[in-house]
Amino acid sequence: MGAGETQEAKTTYREAMREALREALRADDRVFLMGEDVGRYGGCFGVSLGLLEEFGPERVRDTPLSESAFVGAGIGAALAGLRPIVEIMTVNFSLLALDQILNNAATLLHMSCGQLPVPLVIRMTTGAGRQLAAQHSHSLEGWYAHIPGIRVLAPATLEDARHMLAPALADPDPVLIFEHGSLYNVSGELLPLTEPVDLDHATIRRPGTDISLITYGGSLPKALAAADELSAEGINAEVIDLRTLRPLDGAAITASVARTHRAVVIDEAWRTGSLAAEVSARIAEESFYDLDAPVERVCSAEVPMPYARRLEEAALPQTADIVAAAHRTVD
Amino acid sequence: MAEFTMPSLGADMDEGTLLEWLVSPGDLVHKGDPVAVVETAKSTIEVECFETGTMTELLVEPGTTVPVGTPLALIGPAEEQHPARHAPEKGRPSERAWLPKSPELPSPPPEPTPVPVSAPPAAPPRGHIEAGPLVRHLAETSGLDLETLHGSGPGGRVTRTDVEQAAAARATAQPPRVRATPLARRLAAELGVDLATVKGTGRKEAVRAADVRHAAPGPSAPPTPAGAAAVRPSAVRPPAAHPSEDRAAAMRQAIAGLMSRANREIPHYYLSTTVDMTAAMDRLHEHNRTSTVGERLLPAALLLKAAALAAREVPEFNGFWTDDHFTAGDGVHLGVAISLRGGGLVAPALHHADTLTLPQLMTALKDLVTRARTGRLRGSEISDATITVTNLGDQGVETVFGVIYPPQVALVGFGRVVDRPYAVDGLLGVRPVVTATLSADHRATDGAVGARYLTVVSRLLQNPERL
Repeated sequence: MGAGETQEAKTTYREAMREALREALRADDRVFLMGEDVGRYGGCFGVSLGLLEEFGPERVRDTPLSESAFVGAGIGAALAGLRPIVEIMTVNFSLLALDQILNNAATLLHMSCGQLPVPLVIRMTTGAGRQLAAQHSHSLEGWYAHIPGIRVLAPATLEDARHMLAPALADPDPVLIFEHGSLYNVSGELLPLTEPVDLDHATIRRPGTDISLITYGGSLPKALAAADELSAEGINAEVIDLRTLRPLDGAAITASVARTHRAVVIDEAWRTGSLAAEVSARIAEESFYDLDAPVERVCSAEVPMPYARRLEEAALPQTADIVAAAHRTVD
Repeated sequence: MAEFTMPSLGADMDEGTLLEWLVSPGDLVHKGDPVAVVETAKSTIEVECFETGTMTELLVEPGTTVPVGTPLALIGPAEEQHPARHAPEKGRPSERAWLPKSPELPSPPPEPTPVPVSAPPAAPPRGHIEAGPLVRHLAETSGLDLETLHGSGPGGRVTRTDVEQAAAARATAQPPRVRATPLARRLAAELGVDLATVKGTGRKEAVRAADVRHAAPGPSAPPTPAGAAAVRPSAVRPPAAHPSEDRAAAMRQAIAGLMSRANREIPHYYLSTTVDMTAAMDRLHEHNRTSTVGERLLPAALLLKAAALAAREVPEFNGFWTDDHFTAGDGVHLGVAISLRGGGLVAPALHHADTLTLPQLMTALKDLVTRARTGRLRGSEISDATITVTNLGDQGVETVFGVIYPPQVALVGFGRVVDRPYAVDGLLGVRPVVTATLSADHRATDGAVGARYLTVVSRLLQNPERL
C-alpha cells in the first residue's frame, strides 16, 4: 500500500463505472442491479465484477434471456418505489425491450396525469470496433434520443462514467446510459470532480476558434485526436461533447458555431436519420447566418457492421475521416 | 438591389419634394445615414436610409415632387452588380461599383405603382428576408434578389408567387447570383462590400467570410453612426425655391387636415390634475446653481421626463390606434410639440426619452428644437413618436387640453409652473404648482386608466430624485 499511495491513481472506464455502481448500491437500499450475467459472470463487459459478492443476490440479480421481461420488471420495481439499474448487454438486444421502454417507461408519467413516475436507469453498450459483427455493434442511441419522456446519456470520459450514474438515479424519469464498448479499456487518471456533472448541458472538451467538431460517446477520442492533428496544421478545432443526447443542448451547439462558423458532426450511427442529422438540422435552423461552409457529417457506412477487422475499420468513422471533413470546410 | 423610396413621414403626408441629395452615386451608405432632404407640407426633413449598400442610381432630380412610395434611388447590396467587370483591383468597391450601365442617365423614375403606397410610416428595415428554401431556389434560378421582392405571405414572407411574378415582370436576363456562404453574405452587407467584386476561395469558388474581410476597405469599415457621418452631409445646397408664404399656407393645410381628422375620428376624453412642484423646482434650482449656463435645466425637462416614465409605467397610452386596435410602441418615443417661427407646429420624437438622464434629455430637447426650426429633422423623428407632450408653459398658459396626433392615442399637456396658495397636510402655503392634462383616445382607454397615468406623473414630479 505504501507504494500505491505515491503512485498516480490510474483507473479504467470499466472500473469508474463499477465504482459508480458500488457507490449507488451503498448509498441507497432501494438501488439494485439486474440483467443478463451481471451477477456470477461479473457482467458481460466485466463492469459488475465483484458486486454480487459484496452486495448479495438480492441486489445484484441475474436474469433470464428475456429483455422485455426484465426491463418490464424494472419498470414495475421503479413504480413500486425501488431504484432499479437494469443492464442490457448491447443496444441491439434492447430492441426486444423497446416496447417496454417506449410504451411504458417513457409514457406512464404522461398517461397517468403525473401520478406514475418511473425512476429507472437502463445501462447498455453501444457501438462497434471490437469485431463483434452486425448483431452486437450498432449505434442506435439516436433512436432512443428520438423518444420524449426519457433522458439519454452518453458518458465519454472517465469522469462522466464515474459521476453520471448518481444524478441519473436521482432523476424521477427513465434514464438510458449508453456506454461505448471501445471505451471500457480506456485508462487514465480520474480527475477530481470540480463541479457536479449536470445532465442538461454539453461540454467543450477542447476550446477552439476555427471549426466545431461536435460529437459524443465513442467518437470523442477520435475527434480529440483529429483536433490534435489539425492543430499541428494550424487549424484550431473546438471539440464539443454532447454527452446528453436527449434533451439535446442546442444552445451549446449554436454558441460554438457562432464562434467558429464551421461544423463537422461526428456520429458512429448511420448517417440517414441519425443524431448527426438532428444536430445538422439544428445548425441549419439556428445558426444559418453564422455558417461559412456547409455542415459536414462523418458517420458510419450504411451497412450492417462487418466482422472482418479491415472492413469494420473501413465502415467506421476514423480520425483521418474527421480531419478530411474538417479540411473540406476550412480549406 | 433595393429601392430607396419616398417615405411617408406622418399620417398626413401623401407626397413630398426631393430638395437635395446628400449622397452621390457610388457612395457607400449605411442603414440610418441621412441620404436626402425632403420637403413635406410641414417641414424639411433629412431622410435616413434603411439599407446598407452602395447608392447605384439616383432616380429623381432635386426639386421634383413625387407621391409617397415612389422609388428615389437604387441601393445595391452589391452582389448583383455588373458581374462582367469582375475584380479588377480590390479595395475600392464603392468607386468601382458606380459605373453607368448606359449613357442615358439619369434614367426616368420608374412607375410608382409596384411599390405599396400604403406602406407604414418609414417602413422598418427588413433584417434578413423570410423565405423558404424553395422560394430561395426559385429566386436564385431566376436571378432575382429576394431583398428587392415584395413579400405578400404571412409576416411579409416572400412567397413562390411573388418570385414568379417578379421573374415574369423582369423579362431581361439577370446576372447570376454570386455564390457566397451565409456568413459571407451577412458580413458583406455589414461591411458594405460588393460581393460581385470579391474573389471566392471556397468550394466551387464560393465567397467566404475571410474573402469578404480581405476585400473590405481597411479596418475603418465598421458601420458605426460615426462612420456614417463621414458619408458627406457637407453638400450644402440652398433649399429649392419655395416661397415662404406658400410654405406657411401648405403647413396650415396639413395641420388643418390632420387635426380635422383627429377631432372627427378620435373620441377624446380629457382629465386634469394639479401637481405640487415644490420638490421638483427645488431640485432644479439646486442643479442650476452649480451648473454652467449651458448645463442648466428648464422645468420642461422634468415634465417631459415624468411624462415619458409614466408612459412606460402605463403603456396603454404609448402606441398607436390602427385598424381598430391598439398597438404598443417599441419604446417611449416622446413627441414634443414645437411651434415654428413663422407659424405652424411640428411634433418630432425624442427617441427613448424614458431612458435619458435629465441633462441628456435637455441636450436632446435643445437639439431637436434647433433642428425643427431650421428644418433639419430626421424622418424617423417625424414618424416615430408614440405619445406627444405639449408644453405651453413658456407662453403663460396655465392649462392646455390638446388634440391627439393620429394615430397616437394620447396627448399630455403641461401649463406654466405658477405660485399658488396650496394646502398641504392641512396647512395653507404658497407653492409652485403645474396643471397636467391628458387628452386620450376613448377607443383605446377609459378614464380610470387615464387617471392612473396622471397619478403616476404627479407622483414622479413630487419625487424628482426618481426622474
